[in-house]
Amino acid sequence: MTVVQNQNESNTAAEPAVSINDLRISFSTDAEPVQAVDGVTLHVQPGEVLAIVGESGSGKTVTAKSILGLLPDNATVSGAVVLEGNDVVQLSASQLRQVRGRDVAMVFQEASTALNPVFTVGWQIAEGLRAHGKYSKKQARERAVEILGTVGIPDPEKRVDHYPHQFSGGQKQRVVIAMALALGSKVIVADEPTTALDVTVQAEILDLLRRVRDDFGRAIVLITHNMGVVADLADRVAVMYHGKVVEEAAVRDLFANPQHEYTQHLLGAVPRLGAQTVYRPAPAASTGELVTPVVQARDLEIVYPGRLGRSGFRAVEGVNFSIAPGEVLGLVGESGSGKTTIGRAIVGLTRATGGSLSVLGHEMVGYKEREFRPLRSRVGFVFQDPATSFNPLLTVGEAIAEPLLIHGESTDAAATKARVNELLDSVHLPTHYAVRYPHELSGGQRQRASLARALALDPELLVADEPTSALDVSVQARVLEVFSELQERRGFATLFISHDLAVVGMLADHIGVLYRGELVEHGTGEQVLTNPQHAYTQRLLASVPVPDPVEQKQRREALAAHRAAQ
Amino acid sequence: MSVPTPGNSPDAMPHPVSGTESESMTDSSTQLPADPVAQGEIAAREPRWKRLPVVWQLRRSMGLQRGMLIVGLVLCAMFILMAVLAPLIAPYGFNQLSDAEGNFPRQGEPSAQFLWGTTVGGYDVFSRVVWGAQTAVLTVLLAVLASIFLGIALGLISGYLGGWLDRILVTIADAIYAFPSLLLAIVVSIVISGGQSGFISGILAAALSITVVFVPQYFRVVRAETVRLKAEPFVESARVLGASTPRILSRHVLRNATRSLPLIITLNASEAILTLAGLGFLGFGINPTAASEWGYDLNRAISDVAGGIWWTGVFPGAAIVLLVLGITLVGESLNDLSDPRLRMRRRASKLPRKTATAMKGAA
Repeated sequence: MTVVQNQNESNTAAEPAVSINDLRISFSTDAEPVQAVDGVTLHVQPGEVLAIVGESGSGKTVTAKSILGLLPDNATVSGAVVLEGNDVVQLSASQLRQVRGRDVAMVFQEASTALNPVFTVGWQIAEGLRAHGKYSKKQARERAVEILGTVGIPDPEKRVDHYPHQFSGGQKQRVVIAMALALGSKVIVADEPTTALDVTVQAEILDLLRRVRDDFGRAIVLITHNMGVVADLADRVAVMYHGKVVEEAAVRDLFANPQHEYTQHLLGAVPRLGAQTVYRPAPAASTGELVTPVVQARDLEIVYPGRLGRSGFRAVEGVNFSIAPGEVLGLVGESGSGKTTIGRAIVGLTRATGGSLSVLGHEMVGYKEREFRPLRSRVGFVFQDPATSFNPLLTVGEAIAEPLLIHGESTDAAATKARVNELLDSVHLPTHYAVRYPHELSGGQRQRASLARALALDPELLVADEPTSALDVSVQARVLEVFSELQERRGFATLFISHDLAVVGMLADHIGVLYRGELVEHGTGEQVLTNPQHAYTQRLLASVPVPDPVEQKQRREALAAHRAAQ
Repeated sequence: MSVPTPGNSPDAMPHPVSGTESESMTDSSTQLPADPVAQGEIAAREPRWKRLPVVWQLRRSMGLQRGMLIVGLVLCAMFILMAVLAPLIAPYGFNQLSDAEGNFPRQGEPSAQFLWGTTVGGYDVFSRVVWGAQTAVLTVLLAVLASIFLGIALGLISGYLGGWLDRILVTIADAIYAFPSLLLAIVVSIVISGGQSGFISGILAAALSITVVFVPQYFRVVRAETVRLKAEPFVESARVLGASTPRILSRHVLRNATRSLPLIITLNASEAILTLAGLGFLGFGINPTAASEWGYDLNRAISDVAGGIWWTGVFPGAAIVLLVLGITLVGESLNDLSDPRLRMRRRASKLPRKTATAMKGAA
């Protein structure tokens, strides 16, 4: 067994930390082999952040994982990934084990799954240290405490003995970064490190990653689909499309002057916060005349029942809002703020427990399914994940026809078919898609079909629960376009739930900001986005990274000042 | 066996390349490759029979897994044919002790007249084995059908409605699990047949006693799937649309919840044969004059073994082993083939490895 030599000394400053040469990766499947990466050449210098961007399926994650040799069994690799003088592609399993951790480390999207729940974080950091070097138990623990302090975990001497579930999501991501730092890996591969985090936490993790680069001189390969994150952190950007790098440029050049068509398209599709100057005028409700609101919540309270002997969890507390006919209300907030719970309560999927929630004049607190059922034809719902919101065994046409059949709108097959075609047409899907199964459509197409199903009965109210957060940016733009076109044409009222302020800003007349189950701010889109009153809204707005490196730098400094002031 | 339409596999592939997501590309006037879905290439779907459970897996199999599946299918087909054509294949009836030439010899050696010899009672072994296939297949068919219908109905209702009904049914299922299954089958068989049985009543008794043992298994699987599916967005979506509970159960939950059943059916069928043979061996099965049954024949052959009379025991025993083996092979292969992680695939053609200039360093 050859021992892999660490060639640190002989490295000159010009030598890249990682160089990927003509990498090709294909996967064997039941059908034809899939070429996931097709001739990628990339170099990352020490102390540099290279962002790889692209939509899902573009091969960005596979490329990054090949740096650690973490490819599944059905992958066939050619080309070279040179890391500290070793070609990772050619290394044996035991040589790879030496390389991982020492030369390269990985930060995953879900920090909670990257940490073992039955060991303390200190033990997990120490384990990595002891696997790669000569540390006594005591030394390893000291080093773990030190490194936890470095990544900004408060009170590290105590926290080192805590288990992963005792940390918040952002802190867990810090621990994972600490593990990478502790081993002294020259290269850190970060696969969507902030996607699962809330915006405010995301900003903190991005700050930490910046420090990892500046203070420790590590090279970071950042994989992300969020152009705001790219603008915030990256030095150089590689744009991947269908397994190829179509454009590679310094971050400012790329945003200022994208060369490739795909890059231009991608950047054009990103919703920009504050970029819009015209806000949608608030309709009917604010013009003074009295209209019965479609939804009215007064002191709404939703409590999830607790386990035996424990008090329930209060998800929503004392929320007041109303949605006028034809109005689009955007509801934003981080995970756990209760925004989805409110949406589900409106359609009766979750029971409202206190206060009053009136939907189309029907009281939802203590409602009976039988009495509410006739009203269901007047409410539509769009789910977050289009992959799971369709019955996999029904064709798209059958799924869209379901509401028509259930409410007896059409009884004969021909009329149903005509209506389904009309609906598909209204969401700009070809009518022959009606005979396809959901898995034969792409994510964006499925979400448009989902919109068609929700609108089949011409509802007065549509509840959209994070309808675009499972989609790629370029696809999201198309779905939002279709949505706003239909909304304007048909004039249904909408509750649009999202964690993305930029998306909500594009669509909503009014915006409500939820924070820990309470509605902390409520106003027109313009008021909330340009002149936020509540401290949380201010922080939320300041934390959103904008896809413009120059502007983002200013915003970052403003946010730091804002934090310091608090 | 390369299937040109990748969109057909209902299971999610675990490899990281998801479907093409370039729909917006086709809308804009870019030069980039177009989405195949938008081009209508996947519109042509395979005929329905090719997507049936066993056929689908057979078409997708390869290598050792394919071999196992085919051997299993051939064994099963052999016994089913034997059962259907028993009157044509068997030279004598299952309870025939004599023909025009007089009484059959007892414990007669294999000969031209009696291919596999005769038993201590004077039955022809070959005929008994062939007729036994009929009894076995019929019993298993009845038992599995009865347990599927009961198990699915109870599982769906229990899982979807929940509450006290669910609690009671789960407790009963657990209680049945707690009994040794053969003991339970014996008790049920005595209760049904009262110890004496003819052809129909004997088969019914055996089938029902096996049903009682198997219903909890189907119930458990269907209930668990239903509980999972109940929280799936597409079922919630049906609820939001205002679909009634029977409609949700029949249209959205049932077919999705029963996907793993072909697998359990095959695995259970082999167990059913063993239970039937066990009942017969212990003397709680079907009367030998009413139908031929391998387990009973084995029991009668015990004393022959010491006397060097091998043919009375080997053939019924081999029949049991081969049928169980056949069904198990089918079941195990289906299990492996329906799991993308266990399914063998052709490797992508090896690309020539290019040697990197900086490779291996000083090592």
